[in-house]
Amino acid sequence: MTRWIDIAALEDIPLRGARTLRTPEGCVAVFRTHDDRVFALDDRCPHKGGPLSDGIVHGHAVTCPLHAWVFDLETGRAQGADEGAVATYPAQVMAGRVLIDVDRLAGKRVA
Amino acid sequence: MTQRLVIIGAGMASGRLIEHLRDTAPNAWHITLFNTEPRGNYNRLMLSPVLSGEKTYTEIVTHDDAFYATHGIDCRFGESVTRIDRTAKVVHGAGGPVPYDRLVIATGSAPFILPVPGKDLPGVVTYRDLEDTNAMIAASRPGARAVVIGGGLLGLEAAAGMAARGADVTVVHLMGHLMERQLDPAASYLLQKDLERRGIRVHCRGATKAILGTDHVEAVLLEDGTVYGADLVCMAVGIRPEVRLANDAQLEVGRGIVVDAQLTTSDPAIFALGECVEFDSQLFGLVAPLYDQAKVLAGVLNGRVAAFAPVQTATKLKVTGCDLFSAGDFAEAPGREEIVFRDPARGIYKRLVIADDRLIGAVMYGDTADGNWFFQQIKEGANISARRETLIFGPAFEGGAQSDPLAAVAALPPEAEICGCNGVCKGQIVRAIGEGATDLGLVRARTKASASCGTCTGLVEQVLATTLGDAFARPAAQPMCKCTSLTHEEVRRLIKANALKSMAAVMQELGWNSSCGCATCRPALNFYLLADWPLDYCDDGQSRFVNERLHANIQKDGSFSVVPRMWGGVTNAAELRAIADAVDKYDVPMVKVTGGQRIDLLGVRKEDLPAIWADLNAAGLVSGHAYSKGLRTVKTCVGSEFCRFGTQDSTGLGVRLEQRLWGSWTPHKVKLAVSGCPRNCAEATCKDVGIICVDSGYQIGVGGAAGMDLKETERLAAVATEDEAIALTAAFIQLYRENARYLDRPYKWLKKVGLDWVKDRVLDPEIRAGLIERFDLSQSVYQKDPWAERATPEAARRFHPLATLMQEAAE
Repeated sequence: MTRWIDIAALEDIPLRGARTLRTPEGCVAVFRTHDDRVFALDDRCPHKGGPLSDGIVHGHAVTCPLHAWVFDLETGRAQGADEGAVATYPAQVMAGRVLIDVDRLAGKRVA
Repeated sequence: MTQRLVIIGAGMASGRLIEHLRDTAPNAWHITLFNTEPRGNYNRLMLSPVLSGEKTYTEIVTHDDAFYATHGIDCRFGESVTRIDRTAKVVHGAGGPVPYDRLVIATGSAPFILPVPGKDLPGVVTYRDLEDTNAMIAASRPGARAVVIGGGLLGLEAAAGMAARGADVTVVHLMGHLMERQLDPAASYLLQKDLERRGIRVHCRGATKAILGTDHVEAVLLEDGTVYGADLVCMAVGIRPEVRLANDAQLEVGRGIVVDAQLTTSDPAIFALGECVEFDSQLFGLVAPLYDQAKVLAGVLNGRVAAFAPVQTATKLKVTGCDLFSAGDFAEAPGREEIVFRDPARGIYKRLVIADDRLIGAVMYGDTADGNWFFQQIKEGANISARRETLIFGPAFEGGAQSDPLAAVAALPPEAEICGCNGVCKGQIVRAIGEGATDLGLVRARTKASASCGTCTGLVEQVLATTLGDAFARPAAQPMCKCTSLTHEEVRRLIKANALKSMAAVMQELGWNSSCGCATCRPALNFYLLADWPLDYCDDGQSRFVNERLHANIQKDGSFSVVPRMWGGVTNAAELRAIADAVDKYDVPMVKVTGGQRIDLLGVRKEDLPAIWADLNAAGLVSGHAYSKGLRTVKTCVGSEFCRFGTQDSTGLGVRLEQRLWGSWTPHKVKLAVSGCPRNCAEATCKDVGIICVDSGYQIGVGGAAGMDLKETERLAAVATEDEAIALTAAFIQLYRENARYLDRPYKWLKKVGLDWVKDRVLDPEIRAGLIERFDLSQSVYQKDPWAERATPEAARRFHPLATLMQEAAE
């Protein structure tokens, strides 16, 4: 099932930027793109563990700050020649608030 | 035996003639070249990019002094020919007579001047040569008012160029629509809309009655009573062949100097070439037929059989952002049919004119990519009735899978024309490639393809790519990133020329193909914009790499390093105590002395950054910008203060330099050093700017490197005082900020522009003062300690997680 919880106001996340969400299993990066959509992904690049939340957000993608791998925010998949993926979690904006699916986050622990 | 050849006029046609003679009969002729302009041949087609600021004059010179010297050509530049004595076979110039065996008249054309009152007032110019161009550049200050009379090709290029420089421009055109000889009313309407969007006023059906003013032009009065204020008037109403010398010499002259197919005038020893000739009742204004004439004439002079036959030409407008194309005959007439395609939302218009099932004309606006293909169809004259339905969609529809531009080029037949200016077809290029011309420069040198107006450069590269396959290495001029086909240099120039002051403006005006750029172009654009428009543009942190966004250096584990500034490498007990306290308080795992004479605190957690900065700020320490593409450190030795060899106070100068330059953003990081004597303990000779103190003053070196490349500095200047050393350094840094490409260290930039170019500017007192003034203006905005700005609770909050989800919340 899906259980949305309110984690912040959209304005708390910089436009074309990200903030993190601390969970017992590590940080989740919550991105806000140019068109005010939000995406939640594990804040850890599969390459060398770089914090994706500190990368440059462009279109619906982010470039890892350590070695410039690029990830599609929708699928979590690495773009171009690089191979790998990060887990994604359902997130949405409703009435100016950012909601995230807490059951899927909990599932992160099980998986 | 060497014969004497005199050529009157050093324009594009005679330049080409000289090249052909050099290639085919290098020793047959001793050439004397007269030119009224005080210079040799340059690419006149490129005056428009010079006017708009996209190119400089030196970039468009085709034959420099060395060329004429190497080929033993007597240059009589800046000298008008006064008379031709046909009986004695002598040309008379102001500097004395020159006898000839053969004479070539290539006097080109003269602008037509409307016979209205006020036409001779200062401030009225034409658009023909570099002097005119420079006059317009000088008059195009932002806010200045310019009126262009004539809405043809030249007039509109003049208008767009001056508008790009900030002038308030009005175009007055006699006819009902712009460029009526090349465009139909619909395409002309789109063009007018585009020009108006750039702030250019267009007044069609406007007949000029008088140019008003007392000592200088002040306004233009039209027949309908309209008055446009003007600080400059450019008359671009047309050209007429320059035939005065030929008239005086009693050669046969109609509208132009009458020649036969061998370019021979009515005197068999005299030939004429270029815009001044009339052949078969036709005049020639575009460059392609002129080049054909030059080739024919070279053959004739060398005793070969050759004949000139005019071919059809196509037109393009060289105004960045206005894509138009026209070819053939597109007037409406009985028996002609047309196919029209419009996409109003995208501003696209295409019209094909068909007669007897053959394509005879094409006009396109907005999307001209298929122009050359249609032009080819017109020239081939094939029956198109079978593909009439899809013809307007161009080659993409014909072959199915030709949306790939390479496939379209690969499918072109060998006789397809690639370069319209020089009449070079695909087959010639392919042959040249086969003979070893494996890059653009070599193809250009061998075939002249893309060497004139340059609009076919992309096509030539595609021919190279399809011919060589994987062996083709793209030229060094790489686009900035996948969002654009423009290079860094082009983007920088266009940001300045078109006064683009926001990232949205750059992406819109320069046609970015992504919604908001990428991780490659955004940081570069952010720098270009803040460097060029410090007051108008607002720095965008989200377009910065993490280190510059967070003002700390990210480490491999996602932690950060903190480096406080130590001015000139000098510190004291209080600062060291504050650093020691911060190390304890924030549990800093490593403290390291850097190569730039300061202390690095490594392994600080992101959320602790604002607090550690606030603590260090309290002790008077500010950010050392150890993470920025900006001024890093000024390394010093102790100098005359303590050292027994020191000649000057190198430490003091280092501190002053660092205080003057800190906080400025630059294309890449900048490191300085000041050594107190030539023993050079501060290692100043491998820095971006390195100063060596000597008894007589300060030796300033620039362009050193000690990273991936190792390079010694080159001497910029030697000066007597600290103040001069600081002024030169600031001016050099500003010149680098204004001109270098993002991520080029000064040594790489210097390699491209040359030390002499830099010296010409930095050492010129007036230019230097301007550079320093602009640097100080930028510093008034950017010399702020980023740590202090981010220690406020609101700013600090951004360094923390949004929320912490505990087990209970998650379950």
